[in-house]
Amino acid sequence: MSIIKISKLLHKFIDKDEEGNVVDEKIALNEVDLGVEEGQFIAILGHNGSGKSTLAKHINAILMPTDGTVMVADMDTTDEENLWDIRQNAGMVFQNPDNQIIATVVEEDVGFGPENLGVPTSQIWERVNKALTAVDMNEYRKHSPAKLSGGQKQRVAIAGVVAMCPKCIILDEPTAMLDPTGRKEVIETIKELNKKDGVTIILVTHYMNEVIDADRVFVMDRGNVAMSGTPVEIFSQVDELKQLGLDVPQVTQTAYYIEKLGVELPVGIVRVDELVQELEKICCDDICKKTDVSPDSMRCESVYTEMIEGISADMDVENISIETKDIDSSIDGEETENSVGNLEKNANKIIRVEHIEYIYQPGTSYEKKAVDDVSLDIYEGELLGIIGHTGSGKSTLIQHLNGLIKPTSGKVYFQDEDIYDGNHSMADLRKNVGLVFQYPEYQLFENTVLEDVCFGPLNLGCTKEEAIDRAKLAMKMVGVKESMYERSPFELSGGEKRRVAIAGVLAMEPKVLILDEPTAGLDPKGRDEILGMLKELQKTRDITVVLVSHSMEDMAKYADRIIVMNHAKLMYEGTPQTVFRKYKELEKMGLAAPQVTYIIEKLKQSGIDISGEALSSKEAARLIVEAI
Amino acid sequence: MLRDITIGQYYQAKSKIHSLDPRVKLFGTIAFMAALFIADNVLGYVIAAIFLMTAIKMSNVPIRYILKGIKTIIILILFSVTFSVLFTDGLVILDLGFINITLEGIIKGIKLTARLIMLIMGTSLLTYTTTPTDIADGMEKAFAPLNKLRFPVHEIAMMISIAFRFIPILIEETDKIMKAQMARGADFESGRLFQRAKAMVPLIVPLVISSIKRALDLATAMEARCYRGGAGRTKMKPLKYKRRDAIAYLSLFTLVLVAIGSNFMWHIIWM
Repeated sequence: MSIIKISKLLHKFIDKDEEGNVVDEKIALNEVDLGVEEGQFIAILGHNGSGKSTLAKHINAILMPTDGTVMVADMDTTDEENLWDIRQNAGMVFQNPDNQIIATVVEEDVGFGPENLGVPTSQIWERVNKALTAVDMNEYRKHSPAKLSGGQKQRVAIAGVVAMCPKCIILDEPTAMLDPTGRKEVIETIKELNKKDGVTIILVTHYMNEVIDADRVFVMDRGNVAMSGTPVEIFSQVDELKQLGLDVPQVTQTAYYIEKLGVELPVGIVRVDELVQELEKICCDDICKKTDVSPDSMRCESVYTEMIEGISADMDVENISIETKDIDSSIDGEETENSVGNLEKNANKIIRVEHIEYIYQPGTSYEKKAVDDVSLDIYEGELLGIIGHTGSGKSTLIQHLNGLIKPTSGKVYFQDEDIYDGNHSMADLRKNVGLVFQYPEYQLFENTVLEDVCFGPLNLGCTKEEAIDRAKLAMKMVGVKESMYERSPFELSGGEKRRVAIAGVLAMEPKVLILDEPTAGLDPKGRDEILGMLKELQKTRDITVVLVSHSMEDMAKYADRIIVMNHAKLMYEGTPQTVFRKYKELEKMGLAAPQVTYIIEKLKQSGIDISGEALSSKEAARLIVEAI
Repeated sequence: MLRDITIGQYYQAKSKIHSLDPRVKLFGTIAFMAALFIADNVLGYVIAAIFLMTAIKMSNVPIRYILKGIKTIIILILFSVTFSVLFTDGLVILDLGFINITLEGIIKGIKLTARLIMLIMGTSLLTYTTTPTDIADGMEKAFAPLNKLRFPVHEIAMMISIAFRFIPILIEETDKIMKAQMARGADFESGRLFQRAKAMVPLIVPLVISSIKRALDLATAMEARCYRGGAGRTKMKPLKYKRRDAIAYLSLFTLVLVAIGSNFMWHIIWM
């Protein structure tokens, strides 16, 4: 039975001036047709601004169509009388977990929906119990939401909707603000609800890994449904997805490159195990062939080499040099250690951290050691990645580096000067060590973009002209266009705001730039642009970059060195290859290695002789093709 | 650190005080305050203190939590004590030339301190043992008759309970924005009053903007969960008086009576 029927949906955002004249008109949705069957798990993909959230809000009757119809369980959303029935039948979970929890106790929040529906008290309790069990949050029912993790809060929000007994749940980017553990919790909860209780799920997201189990995927672009189909059908169109500002899971990407190198694979591989199985099959076949006729396989090999060269020509020159270097250096472990050794000898230590310890709220019951005996060297000109689960101490650690937090014990040196010896000026330190917090767009406050970026330089005592020069240079570096200078920072899109905020720190001309999850909440395109820009800054401007991130794929791609934090302690330190080699230990810490690491490891385990390790899907594809 | 502020924070525990009807605790706090102001003598204070200590003991809230609230108003206490010590007429015990310290002043100061401290401890006990939602619920029900006067009781109760929910979030956010601006060279600590006030702009503007965004988000989320005002709502935890509430009312009533009585007693003893 069809539960949602959307036909020819048009939505215009109309800005009117005080007299009611239309000033601006923006078409957010254009002639969208979409149908959902009861019990389905539907995913809606799309880059930021593609109209996917607007679409989601129509299903919950928060927005009304400008034209066209939206039918939810055979009720028209434009009919006022249906409003509350629609909202009860199609519950909605939003992106920010903090902004949708109303009560100060978990169970009371879950009860909020049923209370509004006028459900009798005894039934409310039944529903709350059931809903909390369904999301596995029963043991936290008396807790305050403020003390829960992001993933737990989001599960409470889901329970709040479940308690209203909806036929369908719409989730608008529920995982965008969560760490990998939280993301996993939420997605597993959703799948469980879909399978066990038969609730129809509509998941709006831009994380590709979350949609591989969906029954049907819709890809939105500029207010239209650009693609639709099963995950396999969608993910087999790698090039088209890239054009829409999306990416595919790393396995799919690897399979795609392997195919380009001439090895035939079935289309739409979305899981690591699938790829490994297919490759195992091919290998077995190959071995059989090789024992048969040797001249043939010789010919094949030369074709491979040609193919590899062909592909390499496609890749940009920089990437190849990095990759070959990495592959060469990672052929055996010792050499990798040597390259780290070289780095230590050649580069200056710009920041040294010696045995620092930091205790939060000492003497209270909330007392917590956030950083425990951490020593760390940061070399001039490197891009250092910091990974660790939420609460592992990474954010606290980086705040020590520019003196925002004073360690309970231990020392921090900047260019061999103790920053707490009394002579060191904090203003100087903060000029030299720039820190960009998570969601830095929240710190914007001035009337225009230019004025906001000037804030830092002016605080340093620059003249107005100097400050403007610096601001303009910084904005050029991060790609903020001149046409935006005089606009209000609050009018910009999320990605643009973030660039302006980063420019605000860059304008202070720091030697070290530290960023706490600069890509959180951005879509794949925005993420790649920000990270590419940081790498560029590191290379061309000699800025030392310290990057905190949850994304192992990004770390593998961009970091020269990685440190791993776990329970306030520094656990591992080394090149991405050496760190990801410990993927089993990383998993125990609630982290994971990039998917390619798993592909290569699994292939090795099944007896395929692969030399070296891969950090990107291109590398992995090449190593695999060389091996089989 | 801003996060250290504990006023208005619930302390989770199981106790007889926790499980009292919020209306009892609300009226109780008011009655306790009244008793403190009626009793103008040592005996009354001692009785009030014993009453308070018993209540704290029964609540299972560690005493240091309740004492923490005093820290935040220590300046207010010092200020008012100094004021009353210096500016009360009476028997001069120390002549400083331009100003006199009097016996009456000192006594008044001590009384004032005792009153303020007990006042804060009493209200802290209320917020530590009652969730903000319960407080709001209690107020909604207790003041329900005002609804007839078109006073928006439900709306105000809802606003209060949401405000409490967002206090920790906003505190954390203030902390973060402050640090972010400090990383951009902002200085919140030095300078004259005017400069300091001006330095707050980069903190206040982002806070206001993010609060508005949160408010809009929350309003949408509430509507999506079928919130449409107080009419037709049922309660997950409806308030119903139980035996222990009656006992509590009785002991509060006794306290007020004793407070009034203590004044007469005191006079009789000293007369």
